[in-house]
Amino acid sequence: MYRYDEFDHDFVKARVAEFSDQVERRLAGEITEDQFRPLRLMNGVYLQLHAYMLRIAVPYGTLNAKQLRMLGHIARKYDKGYGHFTTRQNIQFNWPALSDIPAILADLASVEMHAIQTSGNCIRNVTADHFAGAAADEVADPRPYAEILRQWSSVHPEFSYLPRKFKIAVTGAERDRAAIQTHDIGLHLKKNEKGELGFAVYVGGGQGRTPMIAKKIRDFLPEEHLLSYSTAILRVYNLYGRRDNKYKARIKILVHETGAEEFARQVEAEWQALMDSELKLPDADIRAIDAYFAPPALAARPEGDEAIRLARLDSRSFAEWLDQNVVTHRHPDYAAVTISLKGIGEVPGDASDSQMEAVADLAEKYAFDEIRVSHEQNLILPHVARADLKAVYDWLVEIGFATANSNLISDIIACPGLDYCALANARSIIVAQNISKRFASLERQREIGELKLKISGCINACGHHHVGHIGILGVEKKGAELYQVTLGGSADENTSVGEIIGRGFGPDEITDAIETIVDTYLAIRSDAGEKFLDAYRRVGPAPFKEALYAGEAKAA
Amino acid sequence: MKVLTANRLTDGEAVWFAKDGSWAEEIGLSEVVGDKEGEARLEAIGKAALDNNEVVDVNLIDVELVDGGIVPQRLRERIRAAGPTNRVDLGKQARQGETRAA
Repeated sequence: MYRYDEFDHDFVKARVAEFSDQVERRLAGEITEDQFRPLRLMNGVYLQLHAYMLRIAVPYGTLNAKQLRMLGHIARKYDKGYGHFTTRQNIQFNWPALSDIPAILADLASVEMHAIQTSGNCIRNVTADHFAGAAADEVADPRPYAEILRQWSSVHPEFSYLPRKFKIAVTGAERDRAAIQTHDIGLHLKKNEKGELGFAVYVGGGQGRTPMIAKKIRDFLPEEHLLSYSTAILRVYNLYGRRDNKYKARIKILVHETGAEEFARQVEAEWQALMDSELKLPDADIRAIDAYFAPPALAARPEGDEAIRLARLDSRSFAEWLDQNVVTHRHPDYAAVTISLKGIGEVPGDASDSQMEAVADLAEKYAFDEIRVSHEQNLILPHVARADLKAVYDWLVEIGFATANSNLISDIIACPGLDYCALANARSIIVAQNISKRFASLERQREIGELKLKISGCINACGHHHVGHIGILGVEKKGAELYQVTLGGSADENTSVGEIIGRGFGPDEITDAIETIVDTYLAIRSDAGEKFLDAYRRVGPAPFKEALYAGEAKAA
Repeated sequence: MKVLTANRLTDGEAVWFAKDGSWAEEIGLSEVVGDKEGEARLEAIGKAALDNNEVVDVNLIDVELVDGGIVPQRLRERIRAAGPTNRVDLGKQARQGETRAA
């Protein structure tokens, strides 16, 4: 993974010193809250319902054991013993005192981490496929490009005060696991017919109150133009994006109102002036960053097949976990493991201090010191020898992280919602917990098959409800929580925005409603192989509406 | 009826303006006002405390008196007054036992 050079170390240290001074002056009353708020947001410090919240950047979701151990340490020493992994592959702590934040940032800097640009109208943490560098279907590792974008966008003087926040995602495979079409810029790394690397460039995707699917404005951008072309996009946005209305300020609105074709033309015109500038990446520079992401030396471990065969016979629960949470690696003797942070009835994305430390130990011992945070709020061990899978599984069982539910209905994305968030209108966590408990049987979950359920506690859509196969949006109506259900959303290479199915449900009704939807799907699917999303796309909303609301129509 | 609430500057703790003139960590100690005059007075106190860098995010919120207790009308404020509903071991709700024991 990327290692800080001297410049990075000095930069982060200087930033810690600067913000520490700002906190000190705020606590001494030398600066007002109005003056301080933008400064604290630039350093990832929010004010939530119960306390401050600190959001820490995990660039493209990649961590080493030392870093994860430090996050566990911060949870224990400064917070309440846990952290919350987010859909931006970051981590949030919900209870830090403002006066402790300088010490937390100094601790983070000691392991090459920070909280810079985790808020504000700037380019946020660049996300990437959580199986990057390991996936069997990958053309190339997207993380070197995410790192190049990170370096370019960090305190970029021209792009630190954009009309609104700006999110970039990169994937290196046809199968999109990074939700690139829901991003301001989505980059699909691929090869052209000559075998050269470049990107399909998508612009103007996003969720929030106006969900939009990104438009592809370029089919193949040679890799050396990553920064010149991105700069051209950001310039057009910075110039023409709306600043008069916060709700219309994202680039998706500009692309929509301008039209993708005209927007692409404007970007092209801007790019003509930039493409041969110093922003054109020399091959040596790209390869130098590439080298940081060189895969670990994966020795042949052919004994894995036999070890797994025997372990399968020995333990049914191991076999189930293997089938659900372990995916194919580009090296046949290895696998990538999803560590589920979605135990039945648990809070999606939460991990305790000791769980973080245990995963760090596990990564050091069995996974080449690499951990990833997925945007689906799980942790990933990208490189594990198949021969070691049983040992890894046993370890995960010990710490309560072995639930075999990856991509099943209880593998829920949920934002913190009204239990923590100052913006939320309704709770999300409790809804996720109730649904998880209702579908607790893994046998039942497997029978249902792949089903991505996503919950947001307000229209800002941090819980990605628009692109859930089943999406739940919490709103406040007449002082009470109400949950709107959308069906048919998806955030892969065939991205779609879910459709609202009908009137919303109260907190006591929503779990039943989800069960009705699932039962309806089971009744109408053509066979056990037809996934929920495919069935919905085939039949549309009618049978689900009928099942949810027909009784009411008759009663009326 | 209304009470004045804010978050303490140093640690973000949710606090309410109390009858004794302090910022209390428990909503039950709040000064409750029932008229425009009282609201204006609390608003002035809130602004002064903000200017004095004691608290941030100052708001007057609607409450009801239920069995002698002060209960906010909005769920958001009820959660602020207690803690996350999914973790009763966290926030003010976790401390009630300690307070009683003390």
